[in-house]
Amino acid sequence: MSPAALKDAALTALVALALFAPLVGLRTDVAPAGGLYLRQRWDDVAILVALAFAARLALLAWRGQRRLPTASTAPGWWEAPLRRLGALAAPLLLAVAVLLPLGAFSWDLGAFAIPAVTGRYELDLGILVLTYVMLGWGLNIVVGLAGLLDLGYVAFYAVGAYSYALLATHFGWSFWLCLPLAGILAAFWGVLLGFPVLRLRGDYLAIVTLAFGEIIRILLVNWVSLTGGPNGIGGIPRPTFFGLTFSLSGGPGTFAGFFGIEPDPSHRVVFLYYLILGLALLTNWVSIRLRRQPLGRAWEALREDEIACRALGINITVTKLTAFAIGAMFGGFAGAFFATRQAFVSPESFTFIESAIILAIVVLGGMGSQIGVAVAALVMIGGFELFRDLQEWRMLVFGAAMVAIMVLRPRGLVASRTPTVTLTGRKRAISGELVGEGHG
Amino acid sequence: MSASYALQQLINGISLGMIYGLIAVGYTMVYGIIGMINFAHGDIFMIGAFVSLIALLLLGAGAGLEGPAALLLALPFAMAITALHGWTVERIAYRPLRGSFRLAPLISAIGMSILLQNYVQVSQGARVKPIEPVLAGGIEIARFGEEVVTLSWIRITIVLTTLCALAALTWLVTRTPLGRAMRACEQDLKMAALLGIDTDRTISLTFVIGAALAAVAGAMYLLFYGVIDFFIGFVAGVKAFTAAVLGGIGSLPGAVLGGLLIGLIETAWQAYAPQHLTPYKDVAAFSILALTLIFLPTGLLGRAEVEKV
Amino acid sequence: MAEARADAAAPPAGRDLILEVRELTMRFGGLLAVDQVSFAADRGRITALIGPNGAGKTTVFNCITGFYRPTAGAILLRDAAGGVAELQGRPGHRIARAGVARTFQNTRLFPGMTALENLLVAQHVPLMAATGFGIGAVLGLSRYPRAERAAIEKARAWLDATGLLDRADDPAGALPYGAQRRLEIARAMCTEPILLCLDEPAAGLNPRESEELSALLLAIRDGQAAGRGRGCSILLIEHDMGVVMRISDRVVVLDHGRKIADGTPEQVRADPKVIAAYLGEGDEGEEDAA
Repeated sequence: MSPAALKDAALTALVALALFAPLVGLRTDVAPAGGLYLRQRWDDVAILVALAFAARLALLAWRGQRRLPTASTAPGWWEAPLRRLGALAAPLLLAVAVLLPLGAFSWDLGAFAIPAVTGRYELDLGILVLTYVMLGWGLNIVVGLAGLLDLGYVAFYAVGAYSYALLATHFGWSFWLCLPLAGILAAFWGVLLGFPVLRLRGDYLAIVTLAFGEIIRILLVNWVSLTGGPNGIGGIPRPTFFGLTFSLSGGPGTFAGFFGIEPDPSHRVVFLYYLILGLALLTNWVSIRLRRQPLGRAWEALREDEIACRALGINITVTKLTAFAIGAMFGGFAGAFFATRQAFVSPESFTFIESAIILAIVVLGGMGSQIGVAVAALVMIGGFELFRDLQEWRMLVFGAAMVAIMVLRPRGLVASRTPTVTLTGRKRAISGELVGEGHG
Repeated sequence: MSASYALQQLINGISLGMIYGLIAVGYTMVYGIIGMINFAHGDIFMIGAFVSLIALLLLGAGAGLEGPAALLLALPFAMAITALHGWTVERIAYRPLRGSFRLAPLISAIGMSILLQNYVQVSQGARVKPIEPVLAGGIEIARFGEEVVTLSWIRITIVLTTLCALAALTWLVTRTPLGRAMRACEQDLKMAALLGIDTDRTISLTFVIGAALAAVAGAMYLLFYGVIDFFIGFVAGVKAFTAAVLGGIGSLPGAVLGGLLIGLIETAWQAYAPQHLTPYKDVAAFSILALTLIFLPTGLLGRAEVEKV
Repeated sequence: MAEARADAAAPPAGRDLILEVRELTMRFGGLLAVDQVSFAADRGRITALIGPNGAGKTTVFNCITGFYRPTAGAILLRDAAGGVAELQGRPGHRIARAGVARTFQNTRLFPGMTALENLLVAQHVPLMAATGFGIGAVLGLSRYPRAERAAIEKARAWLDATGLLDRADDPAGALPYGAQRRLEIARAMCTEPILLCLDEPAAGLNPRESEELSALLLAIRDGQAAGRGRGCSILLIEHDMGVVMRISDRVVVLDHGRKIADGTPEQVRADPKVIAAYLGEGDEGEEDAA
């Protein structure tokens, strides 16, 4: 331990003391008589300062042995195995996803009986993760492929959810009719919002899309006669299995009654699970197919160099708008699913934080990588669940994680890109160093 | 809607506008020098407001100080602590990303914003923090028949303090070596480095100055509304950013002008819009942002950029 | 230039023009970058636009290819059938669709996409039409697979013509500099242009590469490259006088935003105004080469 390192760490501790002393050491509380008073918590400050000191020393010691961890876009050690396993990992993940709900039931297979291993909690968590996987894949079209940084993606999720909620509660239309409508409406909003902002680049586009997202949320909060305001819309019809409800009565016209099985509340959960799995896979399938089509290639070319695209006769406006519209459409589908699953929507579910989470999933996954986004959604939402008991702490950890990920791996888990077509038939990954990041 | 009401609203609008202008200066300086939107700047402002609150309470409970004297001591304290926050944020979240993937600093800044917001929520609690008026009373400036328009000491303090802060900033940028270094970095960061300017230090100091001004804004916000919570940074941040864009990002006078316009528009909206539309005052700010960027991307006082082919 | 002003629609007698630039003016704020420049490019020929640095060559180029909107003047493109299209003020992608392809002074490839992908993006417009504008292709209907095979064949032919066939699946950003230059030309040619505009194609190439480039451009002009069969007119900006004098059929000289000479390489080389312009710049290397 060199004296220089100790001095450096002491300095860090001093800064930490100055940072933490007012905000952690002195807590403003409302006194019983009204008015504020300060509660002192110097022990917490001492712990934090000690932590800062230790962390700095550890960092310095580590840096002494190897280079400072700097932002890296080089392929991580996990990328090669992940790619090699790619052919294997994706079907494996898919198989787990497909089989998960089967564990919710006990199976009597003559000789041996398998007890139910998946509980309601696991299924609900699975549905949540899959919803974010779908949203991540949807946003990936806009951010990862077309390189358009959209911070207001949650607006399309909200449009889908409210479209279904309103159509179903006012007109009694079925989920299966409303689902495409919700997608179309969201796509329409995508075009409507996309059109004026297309000339903007990078950060500006991000801020304007954020503003649009907030405008839609404020409208939802204040347009009480249509949206119910902050109270939201309740009593949204649940989806049916080709017209069969999941009522527990077990009578004719219900799922259990039709198939002659014991009514079980988990039937609906399992059905919802497969529904979102199907929707997510649809998103994935369309993204993968589009990427190999001229449209998808034009998106990627747009991300690489917009000016070159213009010189090749590509209509930038139309190309960007299709990316916005298709991304928004999947957001709308996911929104409709969210509404039918919760049977209740309110503006609270569509805050900026949601947009930030979805964007973080895309960025952590590695922009443009389908498997990366799926893994990132699993890690992120799963991680959220781990910190569930910590309540407000988990958002703090989330913010810190976002910073840490950017500092350590700004291009996410899978930084490289796979070509869409080859002459030799051998697809070699393209290093993230070369791949563009988009300007708009 | 009488003349006295209008005058009162004008005073309110100017006070609020000055606060937005002070925050906007922080956005515009950072954007000018490293071309990134410091998304966490709104939360730095919120921290400034909290530190001011804590300092005022500390002075009141510990030393029995109140009124202008307390304010005079609390302000530099809040500026110092908040500036340190600004410096730390730059050091941790942005400096390692310099020259990296272009979206990385923006995403890092969003993460930092979430982190700071929740840090204050955890450490200070989610409840709103009301404070007794620091300064009471005011002076009568106009009389329309029965109606009296008073200029409260709080409004006077806000306008005078922000003017002093802006004057100090102008002096700093135009008359000091640091200001020259900042302007050089704004023109061309690489060239400035080649000419021997310590660009890392200059960028750090830009964050420090921006954060100190945000702390002044935070203290003034506390005086203006008399209540704060951990969430004020987000909306105020977006409004101030709108102000910076409206004035022309990169332009210091533009930021103040934009701030004044946003403050006046917001106050006018609240005062004169039909009752059922008043909740949409934030929509107005967001819409101005979108409209400005779409139709007047260089802002009122900004420079046009020619696309290089 | 007077005769161009006399009759706006009729081409000057005796020349089959593909491109006519008439009194083009481009002003940036107070700066007059291009001042009433008129010149023409012949069909099936190589026209070079030369001049000292800052003469306004790239600005003229950007006006022709739609990246700048000229302050005044007209730019006319005539196709083989005699149809005339006014290019001034049209957006860039519409000019590209009218048959003008370009390369950039600092190459603008899609660095993270392979060479082959770069050439497929260049064929976006016909391929997109073949997909039924995206919808059919997603569903796997439509004639898209055949169109894509044809597009890949065309790309293969151009990769072969530019000597890049063995690098087809390498990312464009990883190619050596000279190869990037050639790939950009191949990409421009994949849009099936009638006029190819090249902004300093020989910049940064070594003598052997310049030699190969000259041969490639002549082959493109005569329709021998990549088995295209059809010739392509070429307009190029170039500083390498060796290349300019070797391959150009006509040379237009700009200086300080004005045209100072226009003629065959021999005429231009002997023109005292041209010599003065280059000597005035103190750029003796280029003067020697000329």
